Amino acid sequence: MADQPADDLKTVVLNHKHVSLGGRMVPFSGYSLPVQYPAGIIAEHKWTREHAGLFDVSHMGPSFLVLDNKSGDSEADHAAVAEVVEPLICGDIKGLKPGQIRYTLLLNEEGGTYDDLMIARPAAAGWGGALYIVVNAGTKEEDFQRIATAALGQATLNRSDHCALLALQGPEAAAVIDAIVPAAAELGFMHYASFDWRDTKLVISRSGYTGEDGFEILVDPEHAAAFWDTLLADNRVKPIGLGARDSLRLEAGLPLYGHDLDETISPVEAGLNFAISKRRREAADFPGAQRILAELGGVLERVRIGLTVEGAPAREGAAILDQYGAEIGVVTSGGFAPTLSRAIAIGFVPPDHAAPGTRLQVLVRGKTQAAEAVATPFVPHRYVRKASK
Amino acid sequence: MTKFTKDHEYITADGTVGITPYAQEQLGDIVYVELPKVGQKLKAGDEAAVVESVKAASEIYSPVSGTVTAVNDALSGEPGLINSSPETDGWIFKLALDNPSELDGLMDADAYAQLTA
Repeated sequence: MADQPADDLKTVVLNHKHVSLGGRMVPFSGYSLPVQYPAGIIAEHKWTREHAGLFDVSHMGPSFLVLDNKSGDSEADHAAVAEVVEPLICGDIKGLKPGQIRYTLLLNEEGGTYDDLMIARPAAAGWGGALYIVVNAGTKEEDFQRIATAALGQATLNRSDHCALLALQGPEAAAVIDAIVPAAAELGFMHYASFDWRDTKLVISRSGYTGEDGFEILVDPEHAAAFWDTLLADNRVKPIGLGARDSLRLEAGLPLYGHDLDETISPVEAGLNFAISKRRREAADFPGAQRILAELGGVLERVRIGLTVEGAPAREGAAILDQYGAEIGVVTSGGFAPTLSRAIAIGFVPPDHAAPGTRLQVLVRGKTQAAEAVATPFVPHRYVRKASK
Repeated sequence: MTKFTKDHEYITADGTVGITPYAQEQLGDIVYVELPKVGQKLKAGDEAAVVESVKAASEIYSPVSGTVTAVNDALSGEPGLINSSPETDGWIFKLALDNPSELDGLMDADAYAQLTA
């Protein structure tokens, strides 16, 4: 529990805040980050489900891709910058409305997944020809390299991962934001915009990875501490570490890159068909389209499922067995679900073992335990499904 | 007199084994405990139990050699007892020692306090 991280770890802008709050700092994706605060993972998890949790996710990769030569026609410039990234992904970026965010996937030629990411179109017409792109921490160097290379001579990728990226998640998040940046509380789910706060601008999106309503806020390094303090001054808000972030996203049934998604796993196997946009399917113009379209047609070797597990948690790497004991798959994320007070897991099995209700087993420390395929999310999502004003 | 291992188990004079307050603090919220069986024979250093936090599983090793005479079944329903009272209600198992002189090889409270300082 050293206050000073090891030399080879990067620190986030708000490192001093985490240390002074008693955060237990651990290495994560090359950064020193709080896995929990003194309250502990279960209390932090439950607070987020009941109130509002504040997460520092500054290790992630926020960036802006900006067209080099804008025409000034917002629609034409958006189409032009969308064309730069679309060859890398399976999402329809051209079709985004102003302010809209899309969850999409960076794919390889074999249809495996380099990363899952968010791509958004700015709300303001003056920002036409730019995209707000947020990638995962563990893959950001490669992702940024891929995007910048694809954009060469057409657009420039500006990294913003020197800033603070905060997530405020939970049923009281909107009321908290409403008291600080009132206009942001009007954002629709999966929309973002830029807002004035004091003498800076905040890039705020209504999004998150906990299954709760919430916001993700990009703030410049000079204002990060003041904004963090302002959020925490509201007694509905508590700081939440990465441990609870993981248990929250697991309950929400959301895949974690590097675990439930990797370079061999396709979006169809991962159950992310919604992220393969209709226009792109019809055009078959994304990496790995041959495999992915065949899988959409039903040629599928394995699929991602949720499991409830009796007894000890089945962690990543635990074998999944059918009810007769034959090994058929593997757990890719697993742990204890604080909301459900039981062990749950995400894993991959052949499609004929994936139907909810299928009786399965998991192998934990050499012993079999009963498990069952279940529909995800394990805990219902509570996103706010209202249109943006 | 209670003795301690470098792996943060304690063993009391009557052979009760658990993990120290320092260890439970490090592990965080305990969500599952796998107990040994009564009658099980253990050598010093053998894996005797598994304590699972939200994040990870940790093995609990037998501090000395002996036979398990009791296990704390209350932990099956309430594993968090290890967090709230590791030295009392959160005990894990009791041992009948093969050779009480093995205790001499373990740390006393002062030495353990220095280890975790």
